Amino acid sequence: MDTATAPSAPANPPTNPPTNPMVLHAAVGTDGLAEKVTIRDLEFFYGESRALKGISLPLYANKATAFIGPSGCGKSTLLRILNRMYDLYPNQRATGQVLFDGENLLDAGQDINLLRARIGMVFQKPTPFPMSIYENIAFGIRLYEKLPRAEMDARVERALRRAALWDEVKDKLAASGLSLSGGQQQRLCIARTVSVKPEVILFDEPCSALDPISTAKIEELIDEMKKDYTIVIVTHNMQQAARVSDFTAFMYLGELIEFDATANLFTTPRDKRTQAYITGRFG
Amino acid sequence: MATFASNPLYARRRRVDVVSKVLAYAATAFGLGWLVLILGILVVNGIGGLTLDVFTHDTPPPGSAGGLLNAIVGSLLMTVLAVAIGTPVGVLAGTYMAEYGRHDKLASVVRFINDILLSAPSIVIGLFVYQIMVAPIGHFSGYAGAVSLAVLVIPVVVRTTEDMLMLVPDTMREAAASIGLPRAHMIVRIAYRAARAGIVTGVLLAVARVSGETAPLLFTALNNQFFSVNMNAPMPSLPVVIFQFALSPYEEWQQLAWTGALIITVTVLALSILARSLTARK
Repeated sequence: MDTATAPSAPANPPTNPPTNPMVLHAAVGTDGLAEKVTIRDLEFFYGESRALKGISLPLYANKATAFIGPSGCGKSTLLRILNRMYDLYPNQRATGQVLFDGENLLDAGQDINLLRARIGMVFQKPTPFPMSIYENIAFGIRLYEKLPRAEMDARVERALRRAALWDEVKDKLAASGLSLSGGQQQRLCIARTVSVKPEVILFDEPCSALDPISTAKIEELIDEMKKDYTIVIVTHNMQQAARVSDFTAFMYLGELIEFDATANLFTTPRDKRTQAYITGRFG
Repeated sequence: MATFASNPLYARRRRVDVVSKVLAYAATAFGLGWLVLILGILVVNGIGGLTLDVFTHDTPPPGSAGGLLNAIVGSLLMTVLAVAIGTPVGVLAGTYMAEYGRHDKLASVVRFINDILLSAPSIVIGLFVYQIMVAPIGHFSGYAGAVSLAVLVIPVVVRTTEDMLMLVPDTMREAAASIGLPRAHMIVRIAYRAARAGIVTGVLLAVARVSGETAPLLFTALNNQFFSVNMNAPMPSLPVVIFQFALSPYEEWQQLAWTGALIITVTVLALSILARSLTARK
């Protein structure tokens, strides 16, 4: 099926050695899980100011991990390190390790564009490219594969089906991506991300600009996508974190306060600050 | 209700509102009035001479009938060449400032200089090109005229390109990067596409700006009373012909100057409307 020249996971991805147990509070459910990404002693700086302080955290393969915490706690910053988005801006730097299938993706020698193809991202605001719905998807595929027309059509359809958008747009593939509603645009962006065949997908508050029905659709989609991808989601919405994620990391003032299975973290938080946040006392 | 309307603060606010509105409308009417007057006088004086001969005959010697063909062709040739030189330079410089140089000192310096160039008197640019091209080469030429117009095109295109690219949201750039698109590809295939209407508008406005310029051409292309497509020789242009003919004592020449002015004005108006409709359309 895949004549892809695109990056794809090796059959048995190397498992990263386990994270420092001091910060891994997860009491249950990690047996047999592979660490797709392992974050170790990660620090991040905007110029002189330290935005992340010694973060260590595993991201398990084929699971959804949510980053929660009050505004400014560093959860989006952490997410944007995972695909090195911060590289677009000067004066931002990260130290420590982010092991992705055993390789430190903070290393200077990393091919960042290839890395970003393997670790896709969906943004807070839908960002369709200024081109047709079809081209929005085909554009990304063409970066890595040269396909005959019929095969490209099939790939575009598959990506749009994957994002549960096909039925709504199949009759207007030539229409501009910008003509879609907000929720549809966001699913188009998910389809675009998926079309490049990433292994990890980062969601940066993907529903904060959407209505409840679109939000439900996206959440359903994320749940379904866990089969094939490792999911990381930043959200302000604690119910959303509880609904879609298997693991949750609570962050506060640039520190990782608690990381646990979502079910544990929301029912029996170990840290007072976590408890205060999830019960709505601050944030 | 009655008590509220009789509140002196509220009544005062209403009076201020009415006065401001009247002033704003008056100012608009004043500006528009002059525009309508200019257009009206141009049409009244120019339309009489607007015959087919204007587009098929060259500028006549004093006292005989003729047209503006050589001037129109000269203007077209020099404007096209000026745009061909100025657009790539302007777009690339604007791209540098909006995409690569955002945090560079150099970009702010370039922006500052560009703003000076944008408001530089065009006669200074004519003298500058005279000094660097006409004097060393030894004669006036269409090339020199085109270069002086290009110097006027560049800052307009630089400014609009930068402004239009800055309007492309950074999230679009991040989205392009997030699927592994290298920066240069992102600029050419995403940012330019998103900003295309605005950049084209900038070029059209630059054309509108230079098509009425007289001063720089006086020192560079000079004039030519005969038809010529030789860019390496003095070349006629509509603005210079208008300048020369309008000041002449001959009635035929004066009529042609009016007609030429009408043609330029209508062309600039058409370009502006086209530019506007391009940006208005999504």
